[in-house]
Amino acid sequence: MTETVPDRSPEFVPEEFEGPDRQSRTKMSLGFVRRKPLLVVGVSLLVLLVGLAIVGPFLVGDPLSTDPANTFQAPSAAHWFGTDRFGRDVFARSVHAARLDLTIGITISLLALTVGSFIGVIAGYFGGSTDEVIMRLTDVVLAFPGFVLALIIVAALEETMVNVILAVSVAFVPYFIRLTRAQVLKERELEYVDGARLAGNSSMRVAFRHVLPNSLGPSVVGATLVTGYAVLTVAGLAFLSVGIQPPTPEWGVMVGEGAKDIITGEWWTSMFPGGMIVLAVMAFHFIGDEFGGEAAS
Amino acid sequence: MAAPKRAATLLSKVGMRRYLAKRFAISLLTVFGIVVVVFFIVRVVPGDAASLRAGPYATEERIQYIADQYGLNDPISEQFVDYMSGFVRGDLGVSIRTNQPVLGELLDRLPASLELALYSVLLAVLIGVPLGIVAAARQGSWLDNSARFFAVIGSSMALFWLGLLLIFFFAFGLGWFPGPVDRLAVGTAPPPTVTGFYTIDGVLSGQFAVAWEAVRYLALPVFTLGFVLAASILKMVRVAMIEALDSDYIRTAKAVGVPRMRMLLVDGTRNALIPVITTIGIVLGFMLGGNIIVEFLFSWPGVGRYAFDAISTSDLESLQGFVILVGILYVILNIVIDVAYALADPRIRLGGSAST
Repeated sequence: MTETVPDRSPEFVPEEFEGPDRQSRTKMSLGFVRRKPLLVVGVSLLVLLVGLAIVGPFLVGDPLSTDPANTFQAPSAAHWFGTDRFGRDVFARSVHAARLDLTIGITISLLALTVGSFIGVIAGYFGGSTDEVIMRLTDVVLAFPGFVLALIIVAALEETMVNVILAVSVAFVPYFIRLTRAQVLKERELEYVDGARLAGNSSMRVAFRHVLPNSLGPSVVGATLVTGYAVLTVAGLAFLSVGIQPPTPEWGVMVGEGAKDIITGEWWTSMFPGGMIVLAVMAFHFIGDEFGGEAAS
Repeated sequence: MAAPKRAATLLSKVGMRRYLAKRFAISLLTVFGIVVVVFFIVRVVPGDAASLRAGPYATEERIQYIADQYGLNDPISEQFVDYMSGFVRGDLGVSIRTNQPVLGELLDRLPASLELALYSVLLAVLIGVPLGIVAAARQGSWLDNSARFFAVIGSSMALFWLGLLLIFFFAFGLGWFPGPVDRLAVGTAPPPTVTGFYTIDGVLSGQFAVAWEAVRYLALPVFTLGFVLAASILKMVRVAMIEALDSDYIRTAKAVGVPRMRMLLVDGTRNALIPVITTIGIVLGFMLGGNIIVEFLFSWPGVGRYAFDAISTSDLESLQGFVILVGILYVILNIVIDVAYALADPRIRLGGSAST
């Protein structure tokens, strides 16, 4: 397939006929949907899920109450997602899990962002041997896939929820160190930094009060992606029964418990909570992707 | 004409050697760092190391025995020296669960993991690279948007959920593929070992039925991993291609009338190569994490499955060995990638410093 006409840049190519879409462009909302379709999907999903996480637990039943007479009920009007081997309502459990998983994901992301950007500013702004030591240590931590690192930390500690949060945060800190540092390296060459220094601010103050706030952009976008990855990591660990344990209503725990039901045909005990994980992670990734976030680990 | 060219090759050879030496030194340092970090994570834990290893129902004597056996009552500095001197001699300790040397057990299981990893990455490259190029060439079109959509879905996918879904539909539902058990059916003898890859060994020894069976058992786990990995490759290729297509030399190529197809495939792709190598490296590294989840789900007898068994029995020595192995493989992989860079882009080896 060869074209004989040299290709022109798109600006000079007359726009082809676009049919009715042309008109809809005048409407703000539709134009926005067209330009940023992924962002719209992501934000809608997130609003839905956060709403569910905040309000949902008050509306559904007890996620722990068992009902031996009604085990393995298929999805129905009474039990939207069916019931599991103990007769627990899978929908009620999934909704309670939404609150737990989103809280954990956001906590991990914020924790890693805070610690990572703090270290990143120190490395980038002060440079020299401080920078060298920090970056070599970061390399070591990055030599492990995040999941494996979190896994061994949780396995070596007691398996409590706090330890899971700490372990997964540690795995994501290097990502924020790198993002912040790269931005600080650009930022510190700018004139306002010289200005702040000449005005008599201490270097600590310049680094944290002037350079840091201006260097946070990429990390904040990165944090949306990391929130998604954190949910995935925590659920993955729970699926392997590391960290959060049954009967806690948590998506990964539920998939892990329900996985064996697949063999006997009760797909709903694992498929619904697993689908919720994917939807939640997607919400964060659609948003992060639209703002040009780079993938972590 | 010839003289400057020879000078350039000479220069690049010297540059290459210096570059490699520097890279190697840093890698050794990183490996050392890995062993130290893992050792301290596993040993310096709050709580009684011996009773953690012995399990919740161990007797007092058993705990005492394990503490003696592994020197857990020695000062930590002494334990560290012991472990390091063992490590240098290729000794990663002895598994509490099986009483076998950890290194040997890991190496036995490595081929299974590598086979799974390589086919998954191959599938991911075959899907991700062409889609990424097409998406970049038609940036902003519906094709581009669907490719990006696919990329986000792939990177948001929970491996265990996708794996279960595939098992449910294709193994139990339609019966196209065998259920998630092992690399071959019970009773099938593995082909004589040459590479450790059943698919290749089967063909090499002429046992095509065994090779085909191996392919059928590989299919679902490879698809699970390949789908997720394809997404990140697609993302990277797309971004790299868009950048390459926006550069001066492409504009020049357009101006002098290079056919669009040739421009995309030859000029664009060559310049988008570096980020693609990086991604494939990252992805392979991720896979070398043994992919505990997928190996657990499909009962795949690789290092990831070994790590899972180690976790569920608090066999911290084995787990520690696994993590160190993964770290070292990852470092080796990074060296290979950096050499590939240096070969693909003279600016790197001549400049002498890899970017960040």
